[in-house]
Amino acid sequence: MSEQSTAGEEQRQGQAPQEGTGKRGARGILARFLSGTGPILGAWLLLCVVLAAIAPNFLEFDNITQIVVQSAVIGIAAVGMTFVIITAGIDLSVGSVVALTGMLAGISMQGGAPGFVGILVALGVGFLIGCFNGFSTTFFGITPFIVTLAVLSMARGLTLAVSSGQTVYGFPASFTFVGQAELLGVSLLVWLTLATFAIGYLVLSHTVFGHQVYAIGGNREAARLAGIPVRRVSFLVYAIAGLCAGLSAVALTSQLNSALPSAAEGLELQVIAAVVIGGTSLFGGRGNMVGTLIGVLLIGTLNNGLTLLNVPPFWVQFVQGVVIFLAVLIDALNRRR
Amino acid sequence: MSERQEAALVMEGIDKRFPGVHALKGVDLRVEPGQVMGIVGENGAGKSTLIKVLAGAYLPDGGSITVSGEPLQAGGPADSLAAGIAVIYQELSLVPEMSVAENLFLGDMPTRGPLVDQRETRERARRLLARVGLDDLSTGAPVGSLRLGVRQLLEVAKALHRDVRVLVMDEPTSALQSSEVEVLFDVVRGLRGEGISVIYISHHLEEVFEICDAATVMRDGAVVGSRPIGEWTTETLVQAMVNKRLGSLFPSRERDIGEVALEVRDLTLEPSVRGVSFGVREGEILGLAGVVGAGRTETLKTIAGVTPATGGEISVKGRERKVRSVADGLEAGIVYVPEDRGTEGLVYSATINENLILSVLDRISRAGFVDRVRYRDLGQRLRERFGVRASSLRQEAGQLSGGNQQKVVLARAMATEPSVVLLDEPTRGIDVGAKSEIYEHMLKIAVGGGAVVMVSSEFPELLGMADRIVVMRGGRVVGEIAGSEADQEKVLEYATSAAEPGDVDSGGEKG
Repeated sequence: MSEQSTAGEEQRQGQAPQEGTGKRGARGILARFLSGTGPILGAWLLLCVVLAAIAPNFLEFDNITQIVVQSAVIGIAAVGMTFVIITAGIDLSVGSVVALTGMLAGISMQGGAPGFVGILVALGVGFLIGCFNGFSTTFFGITPFIVTLAVLSMARGLTLAVSSGQTVYGFPASFTFVGQAELLGVSLLVWLTLATFAIGYLVLSHTVFGHQVYAIGGNREAARLAGIPVRRVSFLVYAIAGLCAGLSAVALTSQLNSALPSAAEGLELQVIAAVVIGGTSLFGGRGNMVGTLIGVLLIGTLNNGLTLLNVPPFWVQFVQGVVIFLAVLIDALNRRR
Repeated sequence: MSERQEAALVMEGIDKRFPGVHALKGVDLRVEPGQVMGIVGENGAGKSTLIKVLAGAYLPDGGSITVSGEPLQAGGPADSLAAGIAVIYQELSLVPEMSVAENLFLGDMPTRGPLVDQRETRERARRLLARVGLDDLSTGAPVGSLRLGVRQLLEVAKALHRDVRVLVMDEPTSALQSSEVEVLFDVVRGLRGEGISVIYISHHLEEVFEICDAATVMRDGAVVGSRPIGEWTTETLVQAMVNKRLGSLFPSRERDIGEVALEVRDLTLEPSVRGVSFGVREGEILGLAGVVGAGRTETLKTIAGVTPATGGEISVKGRERKVRSVADGLEAGIVYVPEDRGTEGLVYSATINENLILSVLDRISRAGFVDRVRYRDLGQRLRERFGVRASSLRQEAGQLSGGNQQKVVLARAMATEPSVVLLDEPTRGIDVGAKSEIYEHMLKIAVGGGAVVMVSSEFPELLGMADRIVVMRGGRVVGEIAGSEADQEKVLEYATSAAEPGDVDSGGEKG
């Protein structure tokens, strides 16, 4: 009985800002792990084992590379989304923003700009759109859902307009190396994704800003009364999400060596799903980067596995929906307890 | 009480517990048909909980409810409504955008086939309105355009539309002008004539004496007396409300009253704060008294920058400070401890440690990065200093009892090392033991040279802790009483006097 209550208590703490490992020793660490990110990690490993058994080619190097590369686009965007959702916000615009920033970067490079300019264009535009989202929600008080839904439509429309609906392709090597080069035998995209997660983890769990993000999501009014600059932090969270979307566009566009007007359609749902599956609460105040990373891997593996098993695309979307629903259901049940 | 006729309402042994609080301890209540029963008691005495049990909003842990001899299967609001119990809460439940008639029959419009029967609706609305003295009111008027007094009567009419046997009114006059109060009382007398029982909850004792046939006093979750109104006097009622046992709870210690720590002049934030002036000295505990809606909480929030003032001056230790935000307030050495721990005080999903250091993150960080060692050390120090009882600093704040939650909020405020501490109902809803600890901390703050301003609706607390009491009414300071001369009647006289604030000789307004 006491074992049980200890585990329960640890679970509730598992997702709060990091405070060191405490004095419980190995058993305590294990208990926290098992009740925090443990189950989702277990689910992912189980999925891998099942797919390895039934799906041909699953464990082949090319396939694993494919999973990781697909996960990079979702993962980088998910880092920003984790910040947003912990403040109890949402950003539906990421998919469109990835398409627009990738397209603008592509157009600029076709016009003769070098690769680093293309990267800066993607990051800069993403950041600015994020600022627009943040400004509209925090200073005009429009619901994030509505603001980012409008921006979803605007960004996609702009993408189609500036490209005339045409795919733009053929970029300098100074750009495509991001998605195609390798470092220590591993795709640069993997390093880029891990680095983004590492920075996201540091900022979220170890900075003043990160602590403020949790407080605002947990109780906005209490955070305000405690003297936290609620508006500034809420604004920055969307700016970060925009910046991450821009980086995600660099990953996608450099890897494909082309920018599609229809790129990253529906990406926002996969990103949100990954974050929520990773244990971040849509109600705000709870979540962490490690969970998101595993959530991203799980979504990526699931997508890959369904493709390998030749599941028709319609069913792929259905299964993704079911997974999202289950994650949200668990979140809601946890909250009620 | 008479057993000859069947009682309209009998509540027996009603028990209700919340985590950390025993809110109702075996409450018995009997209301006769056509009786107006007043329920009085301090905030936190259990009145609201009792009503919510009656309304079906809370499920009692024990006890039984009988309405006109029929046991009420307490299940939910629908069961209570069906049994003929209607509750009018302080916050009115009308929809401002809809018309009078639509509000009266909300969800229950008279229909002919699939359509709303407009004529029948109008007819029935008129009949209902006549019963509450609103004969002239247009049934098509949008409710948002009506005065508060009229809306209150509309709530009564809405309740009458259902076959109501027991009507509960929670502080119905708190927002009404005196002429509107008279109209309301006439309506209540009319209901009494129809044999409808009314439960009337009020802070205004003179209203209770005017309109009620009997009064029940609650204290600490229990009924301490229920008698016909003729057997009560203001003195006996107040004595019953005030927990004499609490007297010994209030610590007192010699203190040096120092320089003026906080001074506010003509502080204004319409409509709740209208030119408030007062001062507090180092080492002094100032009580801010008044009835609900007097503007006390709003005044504290304005001083702290939660809701920045539109006019007036705030000085801390003789230096004028511009307080445009909470951060400005903290910078000036002013900290506000909110009344409601759940909605304004704590981040329930975060750990105790996190809640404790929330206001001083800057102080325990370097270049934006939180120093984990200092984070834990400060959390540990604050926890020990304020005696927060928890299994671990990593426990979530939402799991703590009310008293320990309050200690966490207070500890966080004190971590900012303020010179002025503004406490809003610092002991609301917490157990007696935790109360005395909070009082002890307040005293320590004062002994350490801090200036304390405390808003409290609990008289024993005000009288027991405050060196001086400033009374507010209608957003203004209407009186000031030295702690040694203060008693409940004096405070109530200022707080509820029918005279306009300007008529009262006010020491406070001169600052």
